[in-house]
This record gives sequence, C-alpha cells and structure tokens, in this order.
Amino acid sequence: MTWVLANLEMIWGLTVEHIVFALVPVVLGIVLAVPLGWLANRTGFGRTFTINLAGLLYTVPSLALFVILPPLLGTQILDPINVIVALTVYTVALLVRTVADALSAVPPVVVNAATAMGYRPVRRFVAVELPLSVPVVVAGVRVAAVSSISLVTVGSVIGFGGLGKMFTDGFQRDIPQEIIAGIVLVLLMALVVDGALVVLGRLLTPWSRTVTTARSPA
Amino acid sequence: MNYFGWLFDAANWTDQGGVFQRLLQHIGYTALTMAIAMVLAVPLGAWIGHTGRGGFLVVGLANGLRALPTLGLLVLLVGAIGIGLIGPLIALVILAVPPILAGTYAGVRNVDSAVVDAARGMGMRGRDVLFRVELPNALPLVVGGIRSSTLQVISTATIAAYVALGGLGRFIVDGLAIRDFPEMIGGSILVAALAIAADLLLAALQKTLVSPGLQTVPSRGRRLRAVPDPRPASQAA
Repeated sequence: MTWVLANLEMIWGLTVEHIVFALVPVVLGIVLAVPLGWLANRTGFGRTFTINLAGLLYTVPSLALFVILPPLLGTQILDPINVIVALTVYTVALLVRTVADALSAVPPVVVNAATAMGYRPVRRFVAVELPLSVPVVVAGVRVAAVSSISLVTVGSVIGFGGLGKMFTDGFQRDIPQEIIAGIVLVLLMALVVDGALVVLGRLLTPWSRTVTTARSPA
Repeated sequence: MNYFGWLFDAANWTDQGGVFQRLLQHIGYTALTMAIAMVLAVPLGAWIGHTGRGGFLVVGLANGLRALPTLGLLVLLVGAIGIGLIGPLIALVILAVPPILAGTYAGVRNVDSAVVDAARGMGMRGRDVLFRVELPNALPLVVGGIRSSTLQVISTATIAAYVALGGLGRFIVDGLAIRDFPEMIGGSILVAALAIAADLLLAALQKTLVSPGLQTVPSRGRRLRAVPDPRPASQAA
C-alpha cells in the first residue's frame, strides 16, 4: 500500500494510457463489425467465410500478432499503433459473429412488418434490426472490452505502455506490491467498464426492461 | 529490411535453441499443462454439472478469468517461486482450468433432461447416467472448453518467455533484446502457425469424438435470450 501511495502519479498516468489503448480498439471494432456482420448475415457463403476468417484471426496469440502486424502494415515494430490495430482485429473477429447471430435472431415477423410499413432495407436495418440486436451485441462488446483491457498488458513485454508496465517494472525491480497493484487495477477497470456497458445496454433498449419483468422465470 | 530472412535460414531451425527445439518445448509445456488441467477440471466440472452444486461459481470463474492479466499472474508467481518451470506451469494451469471447467459443467448441465430421465427410467444409476449418458452428450462442449483452453495456454506460454521460460516466445523476447526484428517476426509467425494448427487439430478431434447422433443439431445450445422472444418461455431454449 505504501508503494502505491508513493507512486500515485505514475499509476494514474499508466491507467489513462491503458484505458485509451484498450477502448479505442473496442470502438473501432464495433464500427467495423456492424457492417461486416450485416454482410455476413445476408449470404450463406459470406457467413461461413467471415466466421471462419474471424475464428482464424482470433486464434493468433496476442504477442505474436503485435509483432506480425508491422511488416503487414508497414509500421515501425514498436509503434503503439500496432497494439491498437491488433486489438481492433480481435474485437472485429469476436463481434462479427455476434452481430451476425444477433441479426439472424431478430424475429422475421418484425422485419416483415417493417417492410410492409414501407421501410427500405437501409432504414429498416438502422431503425428496426439494429436496435433489436443491441442486447446480444452488448453481450459481445462486454467480452471484447474485458479481453481488450486484459490484453493491453501483454504489449508491455515488448515495451508498450499501460498498466502492464507495472508488471514488467515490478518483476525487474522485484516489487511485488507493484505487480499486485497492477493486477487489481486491471481487474477493477474491467469491472467498471463491464458495468458501464450493462448500463449503456439498458439505456439503449428501454423496451427490454418491461419484457424481462413481464416474463415468468424460465 | 528483409523481414522473413530469419525464418527461412536453415541454421535457425536446427541449432541449439533453434526452431525445432523451441517448438518441441512449446508443445511440451502446452501438453503438460493441458494434462494437469484436464485431470483437475473435467471430473470437477462433470461432478458440478451432475449435482448442480456450485454452478454459479464455475460461470463466475470463467468470466472473471478473461479480465485477469496473464502477464501479471506470470510475473507474480515467478517472482514468488523463482525462475524455472514450476512458477510458469502453475500460472498456465490456473489459466487453463476455468474454460475446461465451464465447458464440462455447461455440457453436462445442458443435457436434455428428458434424456436423463429416460436413462433413469431404464434403470441406470447415478454413475451410469453420468458416464454413459451425460458425458457423451456433453462432449461437444467439453472439447470446446479444451480447445479454448489450449489456445490460452499456447498464447500464455509465449508470454512466459519474458519470465525466462523456453518455447517459441524466446525468439520474440531474445530478438527484441538484440533488436533482431526478423527473428521476432519469424518467432511470431511460428507461434501463430502453432496456435492455428492446434486449433484445427482439436476441431478435427471434436468431429471424430462426438457421436454422429449429436452432430445433426448444430443450432442447439445457442441461446440468444436477450432478444425479446414472442414464443413461450419453454420453447425458447
């Protein structure tokens, strides 16, 4: 505890850096995954192809992906942009499938009703299908955000910043308090972000609250 | 810079500390970890699923694990125990157990209760029900848990090179130390290839192990409860 109190300023700096590294990819990932999930949901081949490719990308270990990206992107090997791109890739890989599943779970009756009311495909997607997919998509985003927060720390093995620095520094200088404080902060950040996403999901779907309370326990 | 020169130089493969040796080490750590983790997690998960006791703990553990930074766990354990195989091995087992536990638990728990009732009706006792009905029916999810656990272990064993473990991660950590980027990239490609190969192998195993009778219903078990569902609750599986 004394170590933490003596280094509050450094810890705060790393925390802020960590949040940016972890959450920018999640936002980028959502923006990319929604149209890709929509495409995947439209054709059988697109679905198989996208989901298999996503599975393949998700398989690549994070430390390896951080290093493989530079020659592919033409970036410097220790450029922080590699972490952002790598975590965006994971988020997209995870969410494409979620979005496709969520869209296919929208009851066809509702989609047909919207069509009958005169909605054209794009507007129907934005105004009907996407909002109804929000609960499932939010569940996927929660997983992606929590994994992303945890994965940023891996980058510090090859010199990237964020709370992972507390692990490498604590290990090299033999300060267990620093390592434990780092683990606690990462877990706390994951918990807070996860909670915030739950609240956001509720705010985005005011209608689902009445449905869940009206339903008898299954 | 020629990024791929290192990977295609034969000397880097056969030397002491070369690709072959590191690859074998990596597979060795992964196999050892998975063996220990399966011995611990499959029986425990089956028992929890069979009795239904403590299920919420399993689910909470598996979810919480996602947030646990693997590097933090590694440096903490190696700092406490010392450099060597034991510290990283404990960390790897800790990370490997929850997905298998959750998969086995969910698999056994989700077996159609009508099937279990039929088995009991035929006169099977608790143990027969578990071994001859629940576990075979649970296999897809059990192997699914083993699959994600294996990937986690291969990935974390790479990171464990930072705390002086062998394996393919050495190329990334050692390459960085001497700014040999082609070595880092070569090592990373090998790690990615190993992970993908392991995943494909386990996917094939999943297909062979699982009874053909269970493979005709691929969409079962997919639960999208959060979407408002007009059907009565009993149908919305």
